[in-house]
Amino acid sequence: MSAATAKQEYTNRTLDIRDLTMMFGGLRAVSDFDMAVPENGLYGLIGPNGAGKTTVFNMITGIYRPTEGTILFEGNDLVGREPYLITRTGVARTFQNIRLFQNLTVLDNVRIAYHTYAGYSMIEAITRLGRFGARDRVMTEQAQDFLAVFNLQDRQGEIAKNLPYGEQRRLEIARALAAQPRLLLLDEPAAGMNPKEVGTLMELIHFIRDRFKLTILLIEHQMRVVMGICEWITVMDFGQVIARGTPRDIQSNTRVIEAYLGKRMGKEL
Amino acid sequence: MQTTMPRKRLIPTWIPTLLVAIAVYLLVAYAKQTDRISVYWHQVIQLAGLTAITGLGLNLIYGFNGQFSLGHVGFYAIGAYGSALITKDLLTKWSGTNVGALAWMIAGQIGLVLVLMLIGRLRVGQIRKGLAARLETLIKPHEAWVFTTLVTLILVAFALALGVGFVWLAQKPLAAGLGSLITKLPEVAAQNVIFVLALLNGGTLAALVAYLIGLPLLRLGSDYFGIATLGFAIMMYTGLQNSDLIIPTMKGARGMVGIPRWTTWGWVFGVLVVLVIAMRNMLYSSHGRAIVSVREDEIAAKMMGIDVAQSKALAFAIGGFFAGVAGGLYAHLYGFLHPSSFSMVKGFDPLIIIVFGGLGSMTGTIVASALFALIIEGLRVLLPQGFEDWRFVIYPVLLLLIMLLRPQGLLGTNEWGWLRPPIPPMKGVPVSSKPSTARAESGEGGA
Amino acid sequence: MKSSTLALPLRVIAWLVYGALGLGIVYALVALVRLNGPVYFLQAVVDGLKLGFVYALIALGYTMVYGIVRLINFAHGDVFMVGAFASFYAITEYGWGFVPAILFAMLTCLLLNVVIERVAYKPLRNAPRIAALITAIGVSFFLEYFTALKFVFSADFITYKRPFEVVVWNIGGVLITNITVIIIVVTVFLLLLLQYIVTKTKIGKAMRATSLDKPAARLMGINVDAIISLTFAMGAALAGAGGVLYAIAFPQIWTFMGLMPGLKAFVAAVLGGIGNIPGAFVGSLLMGEIDVLVVSFLPMGSRLRDLFAFFVLILVFLIKPTGIFGEPQVEKV
Repeated sequence: MSAATAKQEYTNRTLDIRDLTMMFGGLRAVSDFDMAVPENGLYGLIGPNGAGKTTVFNMITGIYRPTEGTILFEGNDLVGREPYLITRTGVARTFQNIRLFQNLTVLDNVRIAYHTYAGYSMIEAITRLGRFGARDRVMTEQAQDFLAVFNLQDRQGEIAKNLPYGEQRRLEIARALAAQPRLLLLDEPAAGMNPKEVGTLMELIHFIRDRFKLTILLIEHQMRVVMGICEWITVMDFGQVIARGTPRDIQSNTRVIEAYLGKRMGKEL
Repeated sequence: MQTTMPRKRLIPTWIPTLLVAIAVYLLVAYAKQTDRISVYWHQVIQLAGLTAITGLGLNLIYGFNGQFSLGHVGFYAIGAYGSALITKDLLTKWSGTNVGALAWMIAGQIGLVLVLMLIGRLRVGQIRKGLAARLETLIKPHEAWVFTTLVTLILVAFALALGVGFVWLAQKPLAAGLGSLITKLPEVAAQNVIFVLALLNGGTLAALVAYLIGLPLLRLGSDYFGIATLGFAIMMYTGLQNSDLIIPTMKGARGMVGIPRWTTWGWVFGVLVVLVIAMRNMLYSSHGRAIVSVREDEIAAKMMGIDVAQSKALAFAIGGFFAGVAGGLYAHLYGFLHPSSFSMVKGFDPLIIIVFGGLGSMTGTIVASALFALIIEGLRVLLPQGFEDWRFVIYPVLLLLIMLLRPQGLLGTNEWGWLRPPIPPMKGVPVSSKPSTARAESGEGGA
Repeated sequence: MKSSTLALPLRVIAWLVYGALGLGIVYALVALVRLNGPVYFLQAVVDGLKLGFVYALIALGYTMVYGIVRLINFAHGDVFMVGAFASFYAITEYGWGFVPAILFAMLTCLLLNVVIERVAYKPLRNAPRIAALITAIGVSFFLEYFTALKFVFSADFITYKRPFEVVVWNIGGVLITNITVIIIVVTVFLLLLLQYIVTKTKIGKAMRATSLDKPAARLMGINVDAIISLTFAMGAALAGAGGVLYAIAFPQIWTFMGLMPGLKAFVAAVLGGIGNIPGAFVGSLLMGEIDVLVVSFLPMGSRLRDLFAFFVLILVFLIKPTGIFGEPQVEKV
């Protein structure tokens, strides 16, 4: 489609993926994947292990280059762009295995997100003249305010790897948000959490979607989270979409059940 | 960088650090003045200072930016020979005039920078990708490669031609201008001006070379980058041994002589202090944090919007600059340069020192440089006559012991005094809309 | 947008360029051969093979150790040197012949490397990788400077005494010595032996398993520590043999003789794909050929040989960093 038409159609779709295919040599990790996520939507992407969900995320964020297909974010095709430019365009993500800057403080983890908008050159940093003083202070205060929203401000001096697991997850989400995205990709944010923490996480996701006016796409295995907060779910298996629908639809979809539990179990249910 | 947030500090950190610095400077200056230490030891101390500067550069590249470089000695050599060529001109006019080499180098570097900027402006990378994408719809990828390479070569040749043209045109007037400036100044002032320019040029030349080889090589993984930079250092060493083929005054394997011995303790100490301040300020700024984030997790850094490739190239160039300036000071310490000082074996010294002091610790590098010089020279003094060679057997054994007992190095990632990270002021918590349950959950966790 | 009628002429142009490049390479080769005559060229090729085989013996040790513990063993070139000196000692002090001397050298290096591995590298297996690397550098220095001590061997160049007489054959103008033949025979024998051990024996399977996934190998009941020591031992034995052969070919030994051959063998291992055994062999032959061809055909070649060797390395890195037979390591995100 032409760029003009794409921009027209985008009005409701923040993320529009069409015919996405990823081949690693002869292996088809993802084939003919389609998905459209509207503005402010809270959508889910689920499927058994190895279905290709994280590969889709990696393609959206530019870490892998898709073999075929287009990924339109607000009407612009992200395919072929450098990951750091994609982030600057407004897409942020968290990782399945937490990828915090382990040896840096909580505050520094968040401050890095503001580097793009730092506002001073390296010369000014070295000489401590010019815009350094004011801008660095503003950056630090912004980061501290941000941490406060997530109730991590008391931990700002802690080294990230020393934080308890639940807080590390929370920090990773906070850090991703500090990059001021309009689309947030969460890769298994509830992994390793106990039921109480999961409940808190679900509230947090709702909160940030409303507070920061985000569009959120979520990969998750814990059904409670998916069924509880996702408005629309896409199910993958073996690299392809096998079902789409509301949580209700998905719950009773035989193909989905078979994918997770195997054919016999599916038939028994 | 420091790994834990320190407690509240009573005295501003720069005061004790400044006092120590002044004390060290005065101690050495006084000892030399009153002949309490020999010329030999005075030179050893200055050499330790130069080692510290070089080490700080490598620490920036490896300790702070995470790129394993084994080629640092190559930049040291570039700075040494480059600056020597400039100052030798003043004395012997080997290039024809007394500022010929300087003019060529400045013009050449500006020309190179212009070429790089032009290639960037021409968006050669984008054109390549776009052309490749368009052509690949018609013909096979490897066939398309022929055309993209051809176009790239044409564009680069065009940029290069403009650059060479600029250098050719700019060199004469530059030489003339500098020449007249020199004649107007009294001799001592002229020497100092040329010395500063020589050191700077040695540094910028090294930085430029670092940037150029860094661009293609830094995308290699850690081990491969180390091997590639090792290859660069060895190529540089072989090149130096045969340098007389290109510039006779460099005299290749016989060694370059006749370099004015203008390096003093004051110069070494001054340059060290300036560079330490610059490095510390840079590291404790957003740019420094970006550099360190690349070490921590490249992919996460990319996801934070950081141009990782640029960050690596920049750190590599700055580290190269440090080595280049140190090399310049080295050349003017003894007055002669021999390629064997830049061999691969010597090239391991900065790496050993920064690991010994602690990767990611500026204080560690400075301390380790001092200790290193002390140990090597101290052993020479302590060992009985005829057994001085044993120090090269003892030193690796000591190294082994240190690696076994304290692999993170003397200081780990800790710093001292003013070099410690500044504590950002803790703000009061603003009362904005927060999920109440998020509050209740703080401090709990674990799967 | 280009129309598809452009496709054909574009392809034709591309293939014409390929053809031109190919013709250029062929022409350059022919010119090279004609420069000093085919005999000179063949002589250079044969000498290159000789050097390449020796490099192969060293390169294998590098590649096997890297494959199993991800360590660039900087001390490996010095093990090569120890082999040469050990055989020198056996020949001059005890008058041993070729076979006992080379076996003695291989045994000495084997034991030396096992001791080094146990004392210096094993304790650092869980430390950051740089610590082991620095230790390897330290071991390298130690071996070099210990050998250089006056009461050991001294830092001078020592003339090596060959354990047999040199015989030269003239085949169509190309001079081949029995040294070359012995080098090729011994190297091929050792390589085949190694290949057999690695691919056809249980121990070899254990070695391959350990290099692929150490924790899994441990769980399968493999004594990982023993396998690692064995790998170091085998690499050292080969390097020791290489040292003896090199000393016979170029009968001057000195304490730093291992530096350049070690580095070039290392480049060869990387060229072929570090961790890949056949790759190390191919890479070594290539490095040997490049070395000798540069010396034989380039003006100032003997002074620039090292430069070319590492220039090739940089080229390989720019084109295919993982080497000829290497597989790219994909990082899981």
